[in-house]
Amino acid sequence: MAEREPVRPATARPPQPHDSARLHVSGRARYCDDEPEPANLLHLAFGLGSAAHANIAAMDLAAVRTAPGVVAVFTAEDIPGANDVSPVAHDDLLLAEGAVTYVGQPLFIVAATSRNAARKAARLGRIDYEPLPAHLTIAQAQAAGSLLEPTQRMAQGDAAGALGAAPYRLSGSFAMGGQDHFYLEGQIAMARPGEDGQMHVLSSTQHPSEVQHLVAHMLGLPSADVTVEVRRMGGGFGGKETQAAFFAAAAALVASKTGRPAKFRCDRDDDMVMTGKRHDFEVSYEVGHDDAGRVLALRLLLSARCGATLDLSAGINDRAMFHADNCYFLRDVEILSERLRTNTVSNTAFRGFGGPQGMLAIERIMDHVALRLGLDPLDVRIANLYGPGRDVTPYGMTVADMIAGPLIARLRQDARYDARRAEVAAFNARNMVLKKGISLTPVKFGISFTTTHLNQAGALVHVYADGSIQLNHGGTEMGQGLYIKVAQVVADVFAVPVAAVRITATRTDKVPNTSATAASSGADLNAMAAHRAATMLRDRIAAFLARAYGCGEEDVRFAPEGVIVAETVLTFAQACRKAHLGRIGLSATGFYATPEIHYDRAAHKGQPFYYFAYGAAVSEVVIDTLTGEHKVLAVDILHDVGRSLNPAIDRGQIEGGFLQGQGWLTTEELVFDGEGHLLTHAPSTYKIPTASDRARHFEIALWDGDNVKPTINRSKAVGEPPLMLANSVFLALGQAVAATAPERREIPPLDAPATPEAILRAIAGHRAG
Amino acid sequence: MALRFHLDGEIVELAEVDPTATLLDHLRYRMGRTGTKEGCAEGDCGACTVLLGELNSSGDGIDWRAVNACILFLPMLHGKALLTVESLAGGGALNPLQACMAGNGSSQCGFCTPGFVMSLHGRAIGARGHELPVEDVIAGNLCRCTGYGPILAAAQETGRLQQDDAARVAALRGLAGDETLAGSSGARRWFVPKTAAALAGLLAEHPEARIVAGATDVGLWVTKGLREIDTLVFIGDIAELRTIEETPAGLTVGAGVRYADAHAAFARLHPDLGELTRRIGGLQVRNSGTVGGNIANGSPIGDGPPALIALGATLTVRGPSWRRTLPLEDYFLAYGKQDRLPDEFVESVHVPRPGADDIVHISKLSRRFDSDISAVCGAFRLTVREDVIVAACIAFGGMAATPRRARACEQALTGRAFVRETIAAAAAALRGEFAPLSDVRGIADYRLEAAANLLWRLFYKAQGGAVSVLEVEGVRG
Repeated sequence: MAEREPVRPATARPPQPHDSARLHVSGRARYCDDEPEPANLLHLAFGLGSAAHANIAAMDLAAVRTAPGVVAVFTAEDIPGANDVSPVAHDDLLLAEGAVTYVGQPLFIVAATSRNAARKAARLGRIDYEPLPAHLTIAQAQAAGSLLEPTQRMAQGDAAGALGAAPYRLSGSFAMGGQDHFYLEGQIAMARPGEDGQMHVLSSTQHPSEVQHLVAHMLGLPSADVTVEVRRMGGGFGGKETQAAFFAAAAALVASKTGRPAKFRCDRDDDMVMTGKRHDFEVSYEVGHDDAGRVLALRLLLSARCGATLDLSAGINDRAMFHADNCYFLRDVEILSERLRTNTVSNTAFRGFGGPQGMLAIERIMDHVALRLGLDPLDVRIANLYGPGRDVTPYGMTVADMIAGPLIARLRQDARYDARRAEVAAFNARNMVLKKGISLTPVKFGISFTTTHLNQAGALVHVYADGSIQLNHGGTEMGQGLYIKVAQVVADVFAVPVAAVRITATRTDKVPNTSATAASSGADLNAMAAHRAATMLRDRIAAFLARAYGCGEEDVRFAPEGVIVAETVLTFAQACRKAHLGRIGLSATGFYATPEIHYDRAAHKGQPFYYFAYGAAVSEVVIDTLTGEHKVLAVDILHDVGRSLNPAIDRGQIEGGFLQGQGWLTTEELVFDGEGHLLTHAPSTYKIPTASDRARHFEIALWDGDNVKPTINRSKAVGEPPLMLANSVFLALGQAVAATAPERREIPPLDAPATPEAILRAIAGHRAG
Repeated sequence: MALRFHLDGEIVELAEVDPTATLLDHLRYRMGRTGTKEGCAEGDCGACTVLLGELNSSGDGIDWRAVNACILFLPMLHGKALLTVESLAGGGALNPLQACMAGNGSSQCGFCTPGFVMSLHGRAIGARGHELPVEDVIAGNLCRCTGYGPILAAAQETGRLQQDDAARVAALRGLAGDETLAGSSGARRWFVPKTAAALAGLLAEHPEARIVAGATDVGLWVTKGLREIDTLVFIGDIAELRTIEETPAGLTVGAGVRYADAHAAFARLHPDLGELTRRIGGLQVRNSGTVGGNIANGSPIGDGPPALIALGATLTVRGPSWRRTLPLEDYFLAYGKQDRLPDEFVESVHVPRPGADDIVHISKLSRRFDSDISAVCGAFRLTVREDVIVAACIAFGGMAATPRRARACEQALTGRAFVRETIAAAAAALRGEFAPLSDVRGIADYRLEAAANLLWRLFYKAQGGAVSVLEVEGVRG
């Protein structure tokens, strides 16, 4: 395993802003819709189904076809190859065939000369439905036994026996809502037919290779005839991992059928109705514990609304199970995970990928135990941490890099947790209407795709004879700063400024067979692949120069001042020119596959993760017991990114992830009506945090410590873990509600999101007992 | 005369203007200025923020305001100066605000960034609302990546920017005039009258015309409802409708006064009315949406009407040859039905100043504090003399099909001592007189309970207790 030897340590490097920052602020960063529109471009819209579950008795599209501006209308029958835009199970149809299984399912595609013409025409379809029984909620699906795959069981020890023997027992349940991604750039793709049947697709996707393969299968083409390109997305968060395929496939189908370029820019409301979201969960548990709050036994049921198709629900719900331990040792545990099939849009990847739901469950249990015993919840958490002799997870992996204990201890001190907890109690004694809560919760997040084969990446590095460098890899840029991190790694190999590296758009014709940019793995995988490619080139150049100058390869050094060959200092450009004239190949691919990981899904045992990323947060909140309103007052975070590749970028991920998690647990509520229509399909009704929702006091510190595994620069992944730091907000809100009737040693019946309505309901429930 | 506006040193002239074509689409797809983004096309995310300038009242400078280009119809641009993100970075150089944002991590995916740049550029050059806390200036800009910290920091670090508007002033003077501008595209007609008399005349002639002030509502009929509207009259340039008369007796606010323009006067009338105004939309929405439009469209969840009703406001409606004044609550007849004839328009609203004995309290309840629509908006004016409530005027939004007085609640308070028992009885009366809907913003039970609890909030506040989470500091402070 090659570990990078940095030319200079990351801490010594000047802060490196996002590579596109200057383009972002000047409006010159080009997104899919900003590319000049080709002549003859067709604009697309889907006709969307309006029934949750029904047979389509008839579909009359005459008015659609004759609407002004309409050039063509396509249905499932027009698809030459596979009608399939699914990632795994071949159950996501591009266009419905004979039946609909959720509201918002695409029925037909309208291609018109303008976007408005397409959208207006798309509303003119006359569909006759024969209704079928629909399961919309978790409860309805449970009652009907409607599952997408068998209920999964992950266990160690003897949960039932230990439960019976435990001195204290308690049980509880709560629900947590889903979440819309609300990427600011909606779903979009533009397809251009090339010569001889080839297809080029510009797609706002986290998974260009999958889009390529789906488009190829749909059109009956070999993958080699389809090229998918993405320079940047205006946000992804998991929402463009599988969902982008609908729009790319529709554009490619129209381009193929008409021979004209076709663009699908989805309307925001349609986007929110027809694309998947974070899974909503219901959780119930039985816990046995001792008088110190140590969990002796746990039976946990995680029930997820998956929607109409499998999408990535298997992996997402697996990850919910993987994180139901969080930082806590569960010797005797049984985790059951129900994957419910409902007649709602198929829920999908969203930052954390099931992890947040599993982790919130165990954090809630910690608070429940603490409230029951009258202990500080933080002391209960600490009593349950993994430690020597208590270090095996429910899936049989030994936690070898545990730092949650010292990390919590430092944050407890730096954030003055104990003093503030006393001050919160004093505030609550003084105030009748307003109540405060404070909570410190940790995060331990497993890093790697839990589907082992996805943990691979490729990169392509060109060095030109003028010393400029072009970089390409399979990872996509959605704002997370992947491109700049990988570029820094490459620049450091050659000891050149980052500006000497031209970052290029992710394209399937440059690096093939890539995995989605997901699972926080982008930098771990792609930077390592790029590092290998760059190192290969550096070694080739060094070997050549050693021969040319008659010295040893060890006498050739790449340094900021140039390439030092024995006594001579060449500029990097001179070195490259000489290598080119010496007929040295200056292009290389690099490949990386994460070592050590394996997983037996049938038994739910193995080592699915290469390492864990840690963090902890303290949140202080206040609620209004008359209206249910709340405010997050102060947030202190200590987070582990290993030896950071780019501290500025990492801090951005931490803060942004936290606020996104806060939104999930507070203001962001998805409301469906009784017929399965999403009512919150626009920012007017679906409320992500605004600037004032960010706590006035917001401190982020980075944990100082290397990754124990030889990752790139000993860094750790940072994309998803910080989202779960916001669990502290939800738990603090629960503490504040509990303060409305402190004599009741019970967890208040607070569900997420903690809207004013939910908080007021929880207060009433808690007081009533 | 053709539709003309000023952009980057030039007068842009447009012929055959479709009256519901949006500025955003025009910028992106006609002018190739793709820096301005579409995030939602309904005025809620701010990715399309641009700055619109008009001559100030003395005619020697430009009043700038941030607006959402996605729901701004082209005729509303006439005679204005426009700044887009492309206007800022001449020759690729970044201005100090942009440079700061680029260097401090203010952008991640970058899609919302041009909108933030424009909102904050407006703040830096003294645009409408620049004196507000930064969080309020960008409350109408959504960012999903950063968590806002670096953006707020960049705004704080960037001071006032000087912008030379002399050429713009000269250009706009050349575009000024009292003549009604009219245009058409196919069968669709539009008018931009400059005087109230001209508006009255147009409505007499075209009673079917849709009156548009800020387009924060009608804009969505087009971008989301895909509706076609044949005749539009844009009233945003009628100076007479944009006056605020502030006297010891109260305020008279022209129907065309934008919320942002009324904000300070409303806050002087009562701090709660100022706070409510702060929470109506984001700044871009308040920079477009008008007090009159918020009344005239008759929405049951508009925030202006319940507050103004509780304060005892009266409405003046003008027809071709008459004017009439009515209590504001009488304007709302039923859901979607108001007391206005097709050839009438709302001219002004008069809001009496609360008396020394009046306890005024206004509360807006929503999922999110900023830029959200009320589940419940409650407004109270109790006249209390020697601990006795001698008069009560209470109105709610979100509790019925129209903004509505809480008569039974008022009755339960009037003539009673201002004590707990009275509040309890009034709360019970309130629960009895409303049967709110359950909808996306709140279930009926929540609305009823929270509305009744607002009486308690008022009561505890009058006792000097802390009743708003917005007033609390964290221990860390």
